[in-house]
Amino acid sequence: MKTNAVNLIEQEWILPGNRTCPGCALSLAYRHTLKALEGQCIVTVPASCATVLHGMYPITAVNVPCVNTPFASTGASATGLVAGLKALGKKGITVLAFAGDGGTHDIGIQSLSGAAERQNDFIYMCYDNEGYMNTGNQRSGSTPLGAVSGTTPVLGKQQYQKDMTAIMEAHGLPYVATCSASYPLDLYEKVKKARTIEGTRFIHVHTPCPPGWLFPFSDTIRIGEMAVETGLVVLYEIEDGIFRLTSASESLALKGGTLQPVREYFISQGRFKTITEEQIDELQNWVNARWKHCLHRATNL
Amino acid sequence: MGTRECNHICDESSPGIGEAGITGEWRIVVPSIDEKKCIPARSNKPTCFLCWLYCPEAVITKGIPPSINLEYCKGCGICSQVCPVQAITMLPEEKM
Repeated sequence: MKTNAVNLIEQEWILPGNRTCPGCALSLAYRHTLKALEGQCIVTVPASCATVLHGMYPITAVNVPCVNTPFASTGASATGLVAGLKALGKKGITVLAFAGDGGTHDIGIQSLSGAAERQNDFIYMCYDNEGYMNTGNQRSGSTPLGAVSGTTPVLGKQQYQKDMTAIMEAHGLPYVATCSASYPLDLYEKVKKARTIEGTRFIHVHTPCPPGWLFPFSDTIRIGEMAVETGLVVLYEIEDGIFRLTSASESLALKGGTLQPVREYFISQGRFKTITEEQIDELQNWVNARWKHCLHRATNL
Repeated sequence: MGTRECNHICDESSPGIGEAGITGEWRIVVPSIDEKKCIPARSNKPTCFLCWLYCPEAVITKGIPPSINLEYCKGCGICSQVCPVQAITMLPEEKM
């Protein structure tokens, strides 16, 4: 039976009254990730909004064991946890590394790359809010072209974002997927599938951030959906090298593959206030080229 | 291979509700469910529950109609946006 809102597990591992901002997509994505793992996991988080969510000693807002690890060492920490579980002979517990885009694209890439090369048995989840949101919205490797941030305050970022999922795919991982907090059931299914696979599994989650991206709290889901509808985020999974479009991206492709213009997405957020017409055209071409590539690669159309 | 007992050298937190305090106090608008429009309430069946699915705070309980824990609801308004029949409206918070 397909999972839907009615039959999805009711138990929660994120407790109410935590420190996330109102309308936080990270909190939503994390909530459904822990549901998919049924709480049978050990989480390791570097410095990030997820650490803020986990809370301050002596109380934590999350009902699973968690290790707070230094920024650069998420992959190494997960490797250690896997080794520890193996030494103690504990089975059925998934190690989940849960890091932000700064901790994945920039600071944590070397330890993650090392762990992926060793094929250590854990799920690495990168929640991508496109900046160092926890420390004041500084630019990261994942901030999109044209976005104003704490460190690009006047003109906005002048470079494209890094395609981390493609980098991880190049490590030859058994499972690589992208998802969005706006499609929680798709996320749930992907984490559930990843749980059954052995080896390093990488999942990238797009998580809109209301205070950082400057849009109203209530629009979080809509902004995430717009990112998918415009093709700025493509939902797919690669299992043993087989590429499949999923969820909304799959239905978009099946309906003829026409994307919404990216302009609407940029107008909806305050961080793109200084974006130029040339940059919008440039991004539209970039999106079109990537979408064409995805349609070409997809095996399920 | 022997395992040592933990002597509490490291500090561990224990899980608790309201880690950041009564987060309902952050709210400036409060959600209100119209039972005449809400699909589970109208059909008296456990169905829809999109507000529960999309709530980032996990403060909504699946019920007929769904109930919202206003002690911890931060008032983001996502539930009012995702409701397919616009049964949830955000009203100004009275204590403001």
